Amino acid sequence: MSSLYEQLGGQPAVDAAVDIFYRKVLSDDRISAFFDGVDMDRQIGKQKAFLTMAFGGPHNYSGRDMRTAHAPLVARGLNDSHFDAVAENLSSTLQELGVAQDLIDQVMAIAGSTRQDVLGR
Amino acid sequence: MPQLTYDGVTYRAAPGESVLDALLRQGVPIANSCRAGACQSCLLRANSGQVPAAAQVGLKSTLSEQGYFLACLCHPTEDLQLEEAGGLEVAASLAALERLTPTVLRARVRTHQPLHYRAGQYITLRRPDGLARSYSLASLPDDHTLELHIRRTPQGQMSGWLFDEAHENDAVTVRGPAGDCFYTAGHPDQPLLLAGTGTGLAPLAGICKDALRQGHRGPIHLFHGALRPEGLYLQDELHTLARENSNLQYIPAVMEGGEAAGLETGKLDTVIAHRHPKLSGWRGFVCGDPTVVQLLRKKFFLAGMASREIFADAFLQAPAPQTTR
Repeated sequence: MSSLYEQLGGQPAVDAAVDIFYRKVLSDDRISAFFDGVDMDRQIGKQKAFLTMAFGGPHNYSGRDMRTAHAPLVARGLNDSHFDAVAENLSSTLQELGVAQDLIDQVMAIAGSTRQDVLGR
Repeated sequence: MPQLTYDGVTYRAAPGESVLDALLRQGVPIANSCRAGACQSCLLRANSGQVPAAAQVGLKSTLSEQGYFLACLCHPTEDLQLEEAGGLEVAASLAALERLTPTVLRARVRTHQPLHYRAGQYITLRRPDGLARSYSLASLPDDHTLELHIRRTPQGQMSGWLFDEAHENDAVTVRGPAGDCFYTAGHPDQPLLLAGTGTGLAPLAGICKDALRQGHRGPIHLFHGALRPEGLYLQDELHTLARENSNLQYIPAVMEGGEAAGLETGKLDTVIAHRHPKLSGWRGFVCGDPTVVQLLRKKFFLAGMASREIFADAFLQAPAPQTTR
């Protein structure tokens, strides 16, 4: 049985997803303000790292990194509704790419496991 | 605290202090400009001691392997023996200085040995007293001189000198090139969108000429924005270039006062979006003021341009000179 990451298509799948995902996030009025003034290249690098992790791929993300990175956003009001909005964009990105629903469910479970760290709880 | 040895003298870096700040604080004149790792003016070489990897970000592997690093990004963790990176500079002289507008000067610089570069990259121009600033290259390597567009900045030391005091044949040195905002061959039919304000036109005009020279066949749309018509420059040259190359469109745009001159009027991103609502499949180049660059690359991306197809060069402003006490 190949891993989730392999079933999704590995790094090329991450590359295909990152632009679609980030474009959705930036266009989403519920959350786009959190991305004002951020460097796009750097942010896309971070999104790739995040997607690689959510796709079950190799990563060196730690809960602590997640907390530290998002702490300034939590101070600006980042809450569950924003987390849900990002998750929704991730799910629709995968649907748009034609990923099978059972794989999407697995990705969403991994992404969802970061909620407490992202929201600093 | 790590010790820094430079020119036979030993200095100490305070906690949290960069090598650049430590040396400047102790009176060592190290050329510097952006202080953010972009311009590479403060390049130094460590003969002994290991510099942190973060101080070599963006350097060519050939340089980092020789111990070159950026003093502004280097927070030393061990003793370093330092020397100037002078060997990488080439001697040059000012070949021509031409005011294109009251605030934009075209400087042509003749290097005494050929410089290998790509139009759109940037070099660091250094005056004999050490003052250094980075400028983008509007010329092609085949041209006899480097072409730079100098914007006069308030209290700008280098721009003030070039505008008011410098003469042809004055000696300078050139270091570089650096930067990855340039045309690459391989997709001759891809549509290209080039946009920027002010002297962001320098790299854009260079990239445009380079693409044409390399036989680019796809559409090339060059947008240059200014506040008012008098802020535009090189209009005749670019209109001529567009007449000579049917795939090139040159669209100058201003924020105000453009109607009388028959110019596109409005914010640059709006003018572009009006003509190009969808940009998937395009390649984009954005240069100049950092705020404009950031806005345009985001708008291009949201209009469908792939992130890896967007090349940007945000001009960082050197900090204002410190007042002498």
